[in-house]
Amino acid sequence: MLKTTGVPDKALILTRFPDDVILGKPKAITECYEPIPCNPCETSCPFEAITVGEDINTPPKVDFDKCTGCGICVYNCPGLAIIVAQLKNDKAYFKIPYEFIPMPEVGETVHAINRAGEIIGEAKIEKVTLRKKQDKTALIDVSTNTELIHEFVTIRRMR
Amino acid sequence: MRIKEHPILDFKETKKLHFMYNGKQVYGFEGDTIASALHALGIKTLRHSIELKRPRGFYCAIGNCASCNMIVDGTPNVRTCITPLKEGMQVETQKDKGVYNETR
Amino acid sequence: MKHVDLLIIGGGPSGLAAAKMAAESGVSSLIIERDTKVGGQLVKQTHMFFGSEKQYAKTRGINIAEILINDCKEHDDKISYMTETTVVGLYPDYVVTVMDRNHKYSKIKANTILVATGASEKVLAFENNDLPGIYGAGAVQTLMNVHGVLPGQDVVMVGSGNIGLIVSYQLMQAGVNVKRVIEAASVIGGYKVHASKLKRLGVEITTNMTVKSAQGNGALESIVVQKLDDDWQFIPGTEEEISVDALCISVGLSPLSNLLSMVGCEMKYVSALGGNVPVIDHSHETTVPNIFVAGDVCGVEEASSAIVEGYYVGLIIGNRLGKTHPHYERLIQDFTQQLDNLRSGPFGEKTRSGLAQLRGEQHA
Repeated sequence: MLKTTGVPDKALILTRFPDDVILGKPKAITECYEPIPCNPCETSCPFEAITVGEDINTPPKVDFDKCTGCGICVYNCPGLAIIVAQLKNDKAYFKIPYEFIPMPEVGETVHAINRAGEIIGEAKIEKVTLRKKQDKTALIDVSTNTELIHEFVTIRRMR
Repeated sequence: MRIKEHPILDFKETKKLHFMYNGKQVYGFEGDTIASALHALGIKTLRHSIELKRPRGFYCAIGNCASCNMIVDGTPNVRTCITPLKEGMQVETQKDKGVYNETR
Repeated sequence: MKHVDLLIIGGGPSGLAAAKMAAESGVSSLIIERDTKVGGQLVKQTHMFFGSEKQYAKTRGINIAEILINDCKEHDDKISYMTETTVVGLYPDYVVTVMDRNHKYSKIKANTILVATGASEKVLAFENNDLPGIYGAGAVQTLMNVHGVLPGQDVVMVGSGNIGLIVSYQLMQAGVNVKRVIEAASVIGGYKVHASKLKRLGVEITTNMTVKSAQGNGALESIVVQKLDDDWQFIPGTEEEISVDALCISVGLSPLSNLLSMVGCEMKYVSALGGNVPVIDHSHETTVPNIFVAGDVCGVEEASSAIVEGYYVGLIIGNRLGKTHPHYERLIQDFTQQLDNLRSGPFGEKTRSGLAQLRGEQHA
């Protein structure tokens, strides 16, 4: 599916998620499934939680013990292929990269979007971070229903 | 149509440059090529093909394919995709191979 | 006649990188660029680059252009430029003829020449493929990201290689509606992370499909797309009309190697490298002594590789002219390793097989 539509299969997606207990804390989900020559996730992580290794074509591997879910890799990934996910207080929380204008506002209700680009529910904008060092890729904190933990990937503003 | 806001790029408004397009006064901005200025005005046909006189616009935007050649200040075959727009330029649609003007 | 030590044809990533390394070695160079400024196609690349830190990964292409240009500025005494100047001839006596911005012709002689002319976008054959409104995808990227002008409102992208996928995303960022990305092959050509990025924006990517014809009165108004079978044959009855005011063609690049043919370099057609490329040795020297090549002109690849090749060849040319870089051995080894690393994955397979074919080697 990924090869023909750009949408990874559910089974493939699950290989990148830790279990729900570990997801009690925010963790990086690296959706970089094929070997491409790239390693900024590894070099940008201040906790040495992501490993690519000598051959930069190796897909990244996350050490969930070390990952703090800070989100630095999210805006440093050239493929915008990393999100941070967390299950907390009966809600699913995410940090996602965002490169469109206008930026959503804190408190705004937006569409929750899955990997096929379909609307799967609603989400709420919790925080919008765009510092100079992020180089125009905003980091958006968003919350939605826990059932969407493996489905949600981005937002779309309601117009 | 010109981009006003962009998530990555900052397009600052530059100096307006007036020029003549097929005898009509129009304008673009400093930093434009002739082709980008015309495109912003909605003008996509820049020349006609030599044999069949089919309308042609630009294709490569690197000065390679000759699809955007126009007559500029009397000189034919000017690659408008890499030629900066200047105030007062006379730009005309080219409809033939171009005529060499010895007096220039 | 002007006489220079090193003449660099093309001020893109590899030309600039070579000028820097040559300057560090003590060699002066003249860069000739037909566009209004140097930087090549990096000046429109608004996305973050892949690779590792050494190739400026996670930096946007537009900013990599600035880095390379500023690096060259630090060698202002050694690097000079002629912009809006086109090289129209390259001759065996190491003379090039150029046409400047005032359409005046002149000649320049050089001891060594680096041809770093890059590549141009291929065209695709279909009915009315010359209608205004049909562009190379890279041309649209220039129009939009350099000049801030939109190509249209509704676009279809033909080709799902990295350029097709990236430009589609950038069209969406500029507020253009990308109706679909179509791909003639049975799988997506570019990095899947780019494809996934588009897909979650709601852009459909259809494989086994190509454009059959274009329609419009004076300018593009609609296209007909059609499904292909695995033998690239049209499947009857699968035609579909899509109304668009712009169509982007992103079906690969061809090396701009005609100056090399002109000067008599031995050429070889290597499909995996994009077309007609010069036969070169490991120092990137062509069969005409002292004429070197770097970047897409000797094999179409990512810009990251073009930069590293430029650095590598800049060092070699310095050495050839008797001015060896103080860290020559270490840097040659480093750049060789970087290129191997960039080409080592499955996406580098095409380049690896192409280079093997070019060198007449067996490829595993």
